[in-house]
Amino acid sequence: MKRTSLIVFAVVCLIFVLSWVLKAGTIDGDNAIQDAFLVTLASFLTLAIMSFMYKDNAYYKFAEHLFVGVSAAYWMCVGFWSTIVGNLVPRLSEGLSEAFGVPYLGGELDFGFLTLPYPLLYFIPIILGAFLLFRLVPKVGWLSRWPLAFIVGTFAGLNLVRYLRSDFMSQISSTFVPLLVDWHGFGHFFANFSLAADGQFVAMFSNLVIFLGVVCGLIYFFFSKEHTGLFGKASRVGIWILMITFGASFGYTVMGRISLLVGRLTFLFKDWLGIIS
Amino acid sequence: MKQQFPRLLVLVFGAFLLFQFFMPHEKSEWLYEYLLDWIIIIGIFALAIGIWSLIRVHVDKIKNKKIGWQYSYVTLAGLVGFIVFGFTIRNGAEWGWYFPFVLSVVGMFLMIIQAMASRAKVAMFAGLAGVFALTALLIGIFDKAFSFHFATSEGLQAYMFVHSFDFILIPIFATMFSLLAFFIASAAYRAFRARSIMATLLLLSAIIVMLRFNPYLEPVFGSYISQTSSWLMNVPNLAAQRAIVMGVGLGIVATGLKVILGIERKYMG
Repeated sequence: MKRTSLIVFAVVCLIFVLSWVLKAGTIDGDNAIQDAFLVTLASFLTLAIMSFMYKDNAYYKFAEHLFVGVSAAYWMCVGFWSTIVGNLVPRLSEGLSEAFGVPYLGGELDFGFLTLPYPLLYFIPIILGAFLLFRLVPKVGWLSRWPLAFIVGTFAGLNLVRYLRSDFMSQISSTFVPLLVDWHGFGHFFANFSLAADGQFVAMFSNLVIFLGVVCGLIYFFFSKEHTGLFGKASRVGIWILMITFGASFGYTVMGRISLLVGRLTFLFKDWLGIIS
Repeated sequence: MKQQFPRLLVLVFGAFLLFQFFMPHEKSEWLYEYLLDWIIIIGIFALAIGIWSLIRVHVDKIKNKKIGWQYSYVTLAGLVGFIVFGFTIRNGAEWGWYFPFVLSVVGMFLMIIQAMASRAKVAMFAGLAGVFALTALLIGIFDKAFSFHFATSEGLQAYMFVHSFDFILIPIFATMFSLLAFFIASAAYRAFRARSIMATLLLLSAIIVMLRFNPYLEPVFGSYISQTSSWLMNVPNLAAQRAIVMGVGLGIVATGLKVILGIERKYMG
């Protein structure tokens, strides 16, 4: 470790401790020391991540690695409490439910010719899940394909119908919109002509843009025919529509990120430093 | 058995869920619900594999002294510390020896990792791990300020678990994403030069959408920018997104069919 890095590290530690002590003095309640530590830590982590704008450094890497470990642990805890304790245990055994303090949801699935108790039904995913762990043992690793095949097959069947309905059929039906909205003839149209957002012209123009936009966009993505002539022109309109979309999505994303940045700066100046009220 | 049975499973469950949609019977609805539950439960075991892989990767990094190996300790300490927060709860207003307990557990885990990664002084690190384990055990037995709780409502609401999420995960996550604004802006400077009709359209639509959120322009332009931005998002944006979604939907349907029929088998490794 270089001497300069050591000095910077010592200064950072000193500022951290000072901030912790000063913050603890401003917080009331039983958990003042813990809360002050957490606020200081959050500020330190925020600044550590922001320091990446200067260059990749040890403080950024510290925060980045901490994030990986903590988020893995977070999802593990949430998975355990909500899925295993919240979903599996209540259906598996009365004794286990009592031990975990959750209500037992026993019962059976009656098919008429066959009755299956819940615990039996829920032991199957446990066995399949255990098979998934065999992936760590090379000799029996092939058994892990069974639960994987179950998940892949189930998702394939589930998504096939779902996406066919939501991403294909309903999108097509929504595209076929009336091009003449509230139409009472040309006389009425020109007499009441308006560029207002809720006017007849804008409504008709919007429907036309939606219909042509979808058709031209699809033509652009259709690569089995050469994009020449009328087909090429439609494809070109498709690119324009896509460009507008990418621009709009870009603007929307930037503003989302800016609002996150504002949130972090507010935290630093309000919650940590207390400069703004 | 190694190849055919998984393919049969995919066919059976894929076909069942495919046809289940066309048979809205009470029994088939039940089975559908069970299968969804099963997926979630199996997914938790996959999470365990993920955690194990994370630990193995970082132990390997420490063992072979790869670039940035020191930071692997931070990842592993964060992992263990947060797990302890998720499985323990304070009993009253006092913290007692809770934090020394958490530090002992983290220390024990890091010493075990060190013993696994070291080529020398294994006994010393194992001994230190034992000392930390003993300390944690003694605090765990004799300190009544906290306890292990296995109740859903309390487990996820433990003070340190909730606050660590709010003050560690959220700040890092939000700051990382907010930083992207700067990188996107610099990328936009290069991409958004109005050299052609397409680049101009991209530039204009982005500017209009970004200006919608600017409160200082409201007195100058009234609601025009806001309305134009809404129109851009709701009409041309909708049209292009719809074209993309249709393509994606068709792709998913085709892939799903290929998987169910056993044509696509890459998932088997």
